[in-house]
Amino acid sequence: MYPSRFDYDAPSTLEEAIAILDQGGGEAKVMAGGQSLIPMLRLRFASPERVVDINGIPDLEYHRIDPDGTLRIGALCRHEDLELSTIIGDTFPTLAGAAHLVSDPIIRTRGTFVGSLCHADPQGDWSATMIALGGKIIVQGPNGRREIEAKDFVLGPFVSALAFNEIAVEAIVPPAKGKALGGYLKLERRVGDFATASVAVALDMDGDTVTRAGCAMAGVGGRTIDANEAISVLQGKTLSSENIDSAAAAVAAASDPRTDHRGSADYKRHIVETFVKRVLVSVAKSEKKEAVA
Amino acid sequence: MSSLYDVIPPAPPKGVPTRRTTMNVNGTSQTMEVEPRLLLADALRQALGLTGTHKGCDTSNCGACTVLFDGRPAKSCTMLAVQADGHNVETVEGLANASELHPIQEGFKQEHGLQCGYCTPGMMMTAKALLERNPNPTEDEVRWALSGNLCRCTGYQNIVKSVLWAANKMREQDQEA
Repeated sequence: MYPSRFDYDAPSTLEEAIAILDQGGGEAKVMAGGQSLIPMLRLRFASPERVVDINGIPDLEYHRIDPDGTLRIGALCRHEDLELSTIIGDTFPTLAGAAHLVSDPIIRTRGTFVGSLCHADPQGDWSATMIALGGKIIVQGPNGRREIEAKDFVLGPFVSALAFNEIAVEAIVPPAKGKALGGYLKLERRVGDFATASVAVALDMDGDTVTRAGCAMAGVGGRTIDANEAISVLQGKTLSSENIDSAAAAVAAASDPRTDHRGSADYKRHIVETFVKRVLVSVAKSEKKEAVA
Repeated sequence: MSSLYDVIPPAPPKGVPTRRTTMNVNGTSQTMEVEPRLLLADALRQALGLTGTHKGCDTSNCGACTVLFDGRPAKSCTMLAVQADGHNVETVEGLANASELHPIQEGFKQEHGLQCGYCTPGMMMTAKALLERNPNPTEDEVRWALSGNLCRCTGYQNIVKSVLWAANKMREQDQEA
């Protein structure tokens, strides 16, 4: 189907883009990669009066790690940039684990990390990783910038904490306290499908002790599910098989899946438990290997 | 199944605001006045008559409409024509020159990489981007790169062979050059 008619702007500065949004009074929509927005326009789930294309704004494509270890991802950093990144693999394994699982390879050349967060799809991969990692989103509006915690950014299905006249300009992931380990596992029926269930696990380790444990899930609830509290049972503990089992059970209990064409609620809960175990077991194994070496 | 809303005319009715858009398509600069909602796939097919770009699913799933946008594969049904203003677009029509097929096209011919042919333009454009970045891909890498392009004939086996054939041919040509 064709989108409804809309006006189009391609501003060359953030300030200009924000002014257009502000004048639009809630009827203007930001477009970055457009890989979710254009399908939404075509289904007429969204019919804004104005589309504000930010692709012409320079210096937003970056992702970089500050000297203190903070990762910064600009508003036009594409999924593919993270998939091909040479800097996130060792330091942010949870993100690296998700980067090649977001949609399909063609979509990944256009779609953006920050755009995916703003889209707030309950099955979005990046929101889950950001919540597990304790990340933040920097948004800019007419009165300057503010920071929003990733866990507070997604308010519900397709609803984010962005005000109508704000643009999410950067995502921030704090440095690990110790060594960053973890991963992202996703079950999909085929490449490009949404997650049947997916789990992001992010651990900071000091030797064999967990100093921080983060977890979030996609596809198993009406919104991205924050399971940080559930997995906090690992805090200060080692990755023994008993601790792994109880953490996996706690996370599965925090999921809220519904039976649909992708599987039954019980099945999805089982997947969550299995995935959490798998990530934790592989982390425990890699730690052991290092200790031997 | 088509409905009133599946296609809009490339030239909108009087009074509808348009934007002057200039894009480089297969090496030729093209200027058109388009409605912002006109999709890139329809601008190519209808305004420019480049019907080699196929619309398969029209829902961002199948990859038949894949073109190269500034050298990277993009689904042209999931981009607006106005977004191409000032950018380079390559379609399947840009592959062959006047006298010979592109090695990727030759590969699809040699290895029987098409059955109905509907997905072929998208497959070839994605393959072109892959081989430019990775001239010597493994079979797994080819499969991975093409995983966003669907073939309803399920002819993947020969499509993968075709791309590997082309990779080989292009490496040989590079050595000769």
